[in-house]
Amino acid sequence: MSENEIIDVTINGQKRQVPDGMTVEGLLEFLNVKKITAVVEHNKTVLGKDEHSTATVKDGDTLEIVRFVGGG
Amino acid sequence: MEDKLKIGKHTFGSRLFVGTGKYPDFPTMKEALAASGSELVTFAVRRVNIDNPNEESLLDYIDKTKFTLLPNTAGCATAEEAVRVAHIARAAGMTDLIKLEVINDSETLLPDVVGTIEAAKVLAAEGFTVMAYTSSDPVVAGKLIDAGAAAVMPLASPIGSGRGFIDFSFIQLVIKRYGGVVPIVVDAGLGVPSDAAQAMEIGADAVLINTAIAKAKDPVKMALAMKLGVEAGRLAYSAGRISRIDHASPSSPVEGVIK
Repeated sequence: MSENEIIDVTINGQKRQVPDGMTVEGLLEFLNVKKITAVVEHNKTVLGKDEHSTATVKDGDTLEIVRFVGGG
Repeated sequence: MEDKLKIGKHTFGSRLFVGTGKYPDFPTMKEALAASGSELVTFAVRRVNIDNPNEESLLDYIDKTKFTLLPNTAGCATAEEAVRVAHIARAAGMTDLIKLEVINDSETLLPDVVGTIEAAKVLAAEGFTVMAYTSSDPVVAGKLIDAGAAAVMPLASPIGSGRGFIDFSFIQLVIKRYGGVVPIVVDAGLGVPSDAAQAMEIGADAVLINTAIAKAKDPVKMALAMKLGVEAGRLAYSAGRISRIDHASPSSPVEGVIK
């Protein structure tokens, strides 16, 4: 039922439409982000890696998906 | 000869810490990191480009068995932002270290010391090993140590400027007061190995260098040069320099000169 519904979320400051009912892990797969290197902040709460498979993405959520880059 | 440096629970044989920004490419960076002999590398936390999520990852080029990782809070303009980025960095599960920078002046990139002290207090209380980038000011250094910083990192000159030391006296005061209390790491502005050697000669515990290596014509060669500069300076510091005197002092005997 909810499988086909689309929800609005904000990812890294951009509005995106994604399928309803996904976990954060599912969202990373959907976005094709390498899970191993990504850290996710979900509605301003930083998720541990083990929480990616339990946290679910809901309409209106804000997510930051970050990684490490060169810097000094 | 054992000359290890301890920061929090981490021990380092090399007193050269290096950044990973501004390199022409990752393979050059990897080679330069190896040539530097460094054991601690710093890097930044940024958003994944969700339109191109699988850009090459910096971490693929860093051997995590050889290097300790030091995420930074570069780009954070307030204490609150820096604490948030530190939390994100820690969630990657790779380190308790954080290079704390709070900067909101893009012309000078001088640290906001009030925000830095505030963030240091929060993060240290949460169990982070805080390495705090700061101005070369002994008063601020004292406050950062009170806040729980595990290392104080005064600047030599503005970030990326390559100017070396603008002034020695304040950084020497930082070292005189707090050397031995926490490690003092000279961070920012060093341009050439003689700058790095000078930092070590005056008793700094380590230096952190990014731009001077990454933007050199040959970054790998410069990384090695910096390594040698740091080692020479450290050896000179432990050897103990001669006093400066105002007059000459002959090196050969003054007795028995053939007349």
